Amino acid sequence: MPTAFVHDSTVLLGRSLRHILRSPDTIITTAITPITMLLLFVYVFGGAIDVGRAAYVDYLLPGILLVTVASGIAYTAFRLFTDVSSGIFERFQSMPIARSALLWGHVLTSVVANLVSLVLVVLVALAMGFRSGAGVLAWLAVLGIMLLFTTALTWLAVIPGLTATSVDGVSGFSYPLVFLPFVSSAFVPTAGMPGPVRWFAEHQPVTPIVDTLRALLAEQPVGDGLWTALAWCVGLLVVAYALAMRIHRSRTS
Amino acid sequence: MSTAHVIETVGLTKSYGDHRVLRGVDLSVPRGSVLALLGSNGAGKTTAVKILATLLKADGGTATVNGHDVATRAADVRASISLTGQFAAVDEVLTGRENLVLVARLRRVPDAGAVADGLLDRFGLTDAAGRRVATYSGGMRRRLDIAMSLVGSPPVLFLDEPTTGLDPQSRLEVWRTVRDLAGQGITVLLTTQYLDEAEQLADRIAILHEGRIIADGTLAELKRLLPAATVEYVEKQPTLEDVYLAIVGHDGPRP
Repeated sequence: MPTAFVHDSTVLLGRSLRHILRSPDTIITTAITPITMLLLFVYVFGGAIDVGRAAYVDYLLPGILLVTVASGIAYTAFRLFTDVSSGIFERFQSMPIARSALLWGHVLTSVVANLVSLVLVVLVALAMGFRSGAGVLAWLAVLGIMLLFTTALTWLAVIPGLTATSVDGVSGFSYPLVFLPFVSSAFVPTAGMPGPVRWFAEHQPVTPIVDTLRALLAEQPVGDGLWTALAWCVGLLVVAYALAMRIHRSRTS
Repeated sequence: MSTAHVIETVGLTKSYGDHRVLRGVDLSVPRGSVLALLGSNGAGKTTAVKILATLLKADGGTATVNGHDVATRAADVRASISLTGQFAAVDEVLTGRENLVLVARLRRVPDAGAVADGLLDRFGLTDAAGRRVATYSGGMRRRLDIAMSLVGSPPVLFLDEPTTGLDPQSRLEVWRTVRDLAGQGITVLLTTQYLDEAEQLADRIAILHEGRIIADGTLAELKRLLPAATVEYVEKQPTLEDVYLAIVGHDGPRP
């Protein structure tokens, strides 16, 4: 059965990747929102934001990476919705294919597409003066966290992809995700926020993930924040995966 | 389980909320035959097909396809069938050939490329093979759709309203295809709301009305259901349309 799963997922991954290659604009538009934010915050607001000794672009990049993924997974939901509404999903479901492979094909595609978008964003940040002395291990840790975060968020996107009844519904779900980083340590330090807002900012998932990425890139000790960050990602992944699979299975016998 | 009947349902029921779509459907389709499931819009034809294709769970009753129970042996059923749904389920971004190769690879057919080329040729799509399906006409999409269902030669084929929305020429093409398939021993269950389609293609016709099969037999058997008196008055043979309207009633659904 695992061989069937791997084979079917690979074939379906190939299919979705071909979709992306034929409309590369989806990768570019995924990167445009975060790059715009990067430019806006570094060159417009950044001068008024006090983040201590670090360059603002160095401070900002980790949060922008999360925004990139949050805007990228909207396409996964959209592609899945298109498959479901066009009937091709039903065709696949009536074929002898591993059940979860139908979804994994889309999830893996999302991971690949988001990685490309992330690389684009990092390249722009480099051009804007972002610098990191982080070693290979720290970069691998950053990559690992981003992969985990992308996978978890993509499984969340699978849910509207399967259940949405209109294109508007499917694209609407990602807006809160794109804006969640604003109420976190992603753009400004939480210390200056009023009590309840600060409490929320420090207890929502974006802050520990951003702080961990920032510490890794700035060659600082990551501390306990790493475990909080991993717990959020793994927790979201488990819950979103279980929900998505439950919805997926309940639709067929 | 009877080996003679490839598709068999007993007392199949399905409701959507208060709406009882299927109220006990009994069907049996002998191996290698074509059964037309005839009924008006909303009669439950698609629901019945979806249950048989493991896309929907029945509320009650049993259904077997190729000897496998659809509820407990769904994976075996899927390995035995192909479904051509009501709307052409093709990948518009891929080319026609890529669509066929995709299905062939998912079905683990050896030499997927050759199988795809063979089907493209058989369905007159060779010239369009390298074009994206988004550029295809309705008839071409439907042909590709059916071709995709034939990859790997599954013994049972479900065609849900295969000619709805097609122009007359494409319709005739689909009819030819179905006759070809029947000639190769594939068991076909097709749903249609067109009486002439059932008359043209089917070995047996089952009429689904208000959630039940109210008549089931060959065209000749169905014709005999009409009172002899009518036959005496009318000099020509009754058409299937006469039979259908006579047994389901002229004035629409009963309360």
